[in-house]
Amino acid sequence: MESTEQTRSISGSMQSPRSPSSLPYLSVSVTDPVKLGNGVQAYISYRVITKTNLPEYQGPEKIVIRRYSDFVWLRDRLFEKYKGIFIPPLPEKSAVEKFRFSAEFIEMRRAALDIFVNRIALHPELQQSEDLRTFLQADEETMDRFRFQETGIFKKPADLMQMFRDVQSKVSDAVLGKEKPVEETTAAYEKLKHYIFELENHLAEAQKHAYRLVKRHRELGQSLLDFGKAVKLFGACEGEPTGKAFSDLGTKSELLSIKLQKEAQQVLMNFEEPLKDYVRYVQSIKATIAERGTAFKQHCELAETTKLKEINLDKLMLTRSDKVGEAEIEYREIKAESEEATRRFERIVTRMEEEIVRFQEQKTEEMGVAFHQFAKGQARLANSIADAWRSLLPKLEASSTV
Amino acid sequence: MMGSENDQEESKEKMESLFLREESDPLTRSDKSNSNSTYRSAMSTLSDSRHPSIVVTPADSDPLFAPPSYFNESRSKPNGGNRDSSSYLEPPSYADVIFSPFDDNSEINGSDDGGSRHIQSSDSLSRSPSSLSSDYFKITVSSPQKEQESTNSMIPGGTTYVTYQITTRTNLSEYGGSEFSVRRRFRDVVTLADRLAESYRGFCIPPRPDKSVVESQVMQKQEFVEQRRVALEKYLRRLASHPVIRNSDELKVFLQAQGKLPLATSTDVASRMLDGAVKLPKQLFSEASSSVEVVQPARGGRDFLRLFKELRQSVSNDWGGPKPAVVEEDKEFLEKKEKMYDLEQQIINASQQAESLVKAQQDMGETMGELGLAFIKLTKFENEEAVFNSQRARANDMKNLATSAVKASRFYRELNSQTVKHLDTLHDYLGLMMAVQGAFADRSSALLTVQTLLSEISSLEGRAEKLEAASLKVFGGDKSRIKKIEELKETIKVTEDSKNVAIREYEQIKENNWCEVERLDRERRADFLNMMKGFVVNQVGYAEKIANVWTKVAEDTSQYNRESS
Repeated sequence: MESTEQTRSISGSMQSPRSPSSLPYLSVSVTDPVKLGNGVQAYISYRVITKTNLPEYQGPEKIVIRRYSDFVWLRDRLFEKYKGIFIPPLPEKSAVEKFRFSAEFIEMRRAALDIFVNRIALHPELQQSEDLRTFLQADEETMDRFRFQETGIFKKPADLMQMFRDVQSKVSDAVLGKEKPVEETTAAYEKLKHYIFELENHLAEAQKHAYRLVKRHRELGQSLLDFGKAVKLFGACEGEPTGKAFSDLGTKSELLSIKLQKEAQQVLMNFEEPLKDYVRYVQSIKATIAERGTAFKQHCELAETTKLKEINLDKLMLTRSDKVGEAEIEYREIKAESEEATRRFERIVTRMEEEIVRFQEQKTEEMGVAFHQFAKGQARLANSIADAWRSLLPKLEASSTV
Repeated sequence: MMGSENDQEESKEKMESLFLREESDPLTRSDKSNSNSTYRSAMSTLSDSRHPSIVVTPADSDPLFAPPSYFNESRSKPNGGNRDSSSYLEPPSYADVIFSPFDDNSEINGSDDGGSRHIQSSDSLSRSPSSLSSDYFKITVSSPQKEQESTNSMIPGGTTYVTYQITTRTNLSEYGGSEFSVRRRFRDVVTLADRLAESYRGFCIPPRPDKSVVESQVMQKQEFVEQRRVALEKYLRRLASHPVIRNSDELKVFLQAQGKLPLATSTDVASRMLDGAVKLPKQLFSEASSSVEVVQPARGGRDFLRLFKELRQSVSNDWGGPKPAVVEEDKEFLEKKEKMYDLEQQIINASQQAESLVKAQQDMGETMGELGLAFIKLTKFENEEAVFNSQRARANDMKNLATSAVKASRFYRELNSQTVKHLDTLHDYLGLMMAVQGAFADRSSALLTVQTLLSEISSLEGRAEKLEAASLKVFGGDKSRIKKIEELKETIKVTEDSKNVAIREYEQIKENNWCEVERLDRERRADFLNMMKGFVVNQVGYAEKIANVWTKVAEDTSQYNRESS
């Protein structure tokens, strides 16, 4: 909705690149994962293909090779520069999965990274970021250089937690009457914060059960396989007509086992992963909330300091002190800083307001898609189960009337 | 062995007529059953009465009370009804298949897999279809009670034990009464089982429930008592469904005789030893009693001496001693034994896998339900906190998903409780395989008895010969030796008689084995086919219901369909 408000709306990769060349477009895809390196050093590289007609970009198509840490670099840079915007989340850097690098894990990561870049490309402000251009176009050596420079800027989750605690402790201190609270206390913002924190809990629970459901599919598939085998062996023992009937039953059971394993994978990719992504998004919002808290604190503190400096200056002016000049300069500097801090804070506030609307709409859409696919998958599975078993009935009926 | 041919013929006929009688029973049994629910009587009026009497209920209603309206709804639907309702209408013969959870008081006599047993007989391979006699024989075990052991109380507050009420409803003429109850304790059941084992050698007698090792402590627990009650009921019903054993005196007495059970109790080892010692002179000299004794297996009997001899014989057999005259040559038997063993292994395996299948279905249902609940919480949360319409829309979508997940979860659980009942057939047959083993063991031990007696005879004859040869050398006769020879000849005669009885017994047991195995094979085939059918029909029905649930959600969220078709 807000994208139409921008002066330049850039269509993302959702639309076909064959749109009329006059319409600006930026389409990105992350493809072709390749495992490189050995042992502990092993990593996956991806091909990132950019198709665009924007003048800021070098040419209509560009292909670069990127690895996961490059994506992390991009995310960190955007987080620094675009405070107030909910930066799209990245899939977790899993140290354990890395060693196994199963085909499913690789595919899921690729898909998640693709979504990540596309969300950025679709975002009215983020899509104009220079860092994005670097990410999409720089050659690999340049990219490596950039990446090594930037280690440590992004606050690790542990640091984030510390910030939250600081914020929260400040609140409790105020309640206990220890300090003046340096926290926004508008009702709307309180409500938002409460909402975000609660939402994370609810989503995490839903995601947990979704993951278990995937496991259940796998387990049911396995048990159907084992059951089928046992039944077939049993049938081999018995004579006719039971023998053949059992053998057919066993075969069907094995067949259904395969279907269940497939559906398990589908549920993982199309239902559980979106839920996980939802959780990650909420965590990203929490990081933004922390940033806002910091900005607010700065704004308050600097405003406070400015006031003090002003009072001091007035005093000095009254006493016609020779320190007036100095004080005036100090005052002006502080005031400028304070105004800057206030601007920064207010920009965050404005951005967040827009972001929230976007976020809610985006999530309704994405969850709707996830639910739809899940329901379709389950219906398909149940129907094929019914069909498979039903096909046995005529023969079973015939056998028992022999 | 000559004269016994007729006997064999007769007994074979008797067994067959018993089979015929049993076949017709279950059909009418269902007619006569005191049904808790109207659908069952309705079921029996259906033209095609072959189907498992399982009725499907909508998950919204309490599964224990199948609403007749649902039944009518599915009955009145013509073939090829749409998928929304009871859509398993093709093939047409399943038009009337409707599901319901089994009720626990399965009305069909003799087995807890009520429906399947019922169908087994009506479906079964060339059994007579229509009902001739209207036999009815139903046993229930209920109301366990603690009672005090009323021995002379040297020990104040003696031991307690539990009794169960055994109620029989029958119209069999042998019982001369339509309903009666007795109170029995577990020890009585053990006695019954032991007496049956003695009287019905060679038969596949259903195994009785296990004794408990820690009886007195465990006894107090409700759960244990309830488990035992169920096990007893199953056991007695199986006895009642056995074509031969159901007419046994032992069972009759057990079910009918009020007060103390008038069956000889199994004695302990000590008294057995005494008995053995007492019997020894008798065995050497008397006739009738010893031959009758021979008809019992040595092991578990009271005759230590005989046990000893047979043990010696079996060792001699094993160690390649002089080959006994009668040997298990029946290749068919050996093959059958092999096959039964094989079968047992497969049943064990299948039964284990069935258990894990049941667990997996259970878990699926549980997790689906938990997922649904988590989304319901989310829905509520979003609705409460909604600032934007997009949130309300999302909350609505979640609600659809959540309610369907909960419905699906309930279906999985219903599916599972049915599956358990169907696949229980596998567990039941494990018990029956034990019974078969018992029957085969009877045969082996009877053969051993014969072999022992034969070698006994030959050794006695050998001694007699030697004595005769020696006494001939003494001129004018050897009074003491002649006396000994006379005695030996007496013993030989007695032993010969015993041998003949033993051989008759052995042949009878072989006969019993054969009949039982035939019967079991037939029943097993029918039972397992029914099990499969029931299992499959169940799976189909619930899969369809679950599919419907999710199809609706897919439709409700169709605006989110992003697939390029």
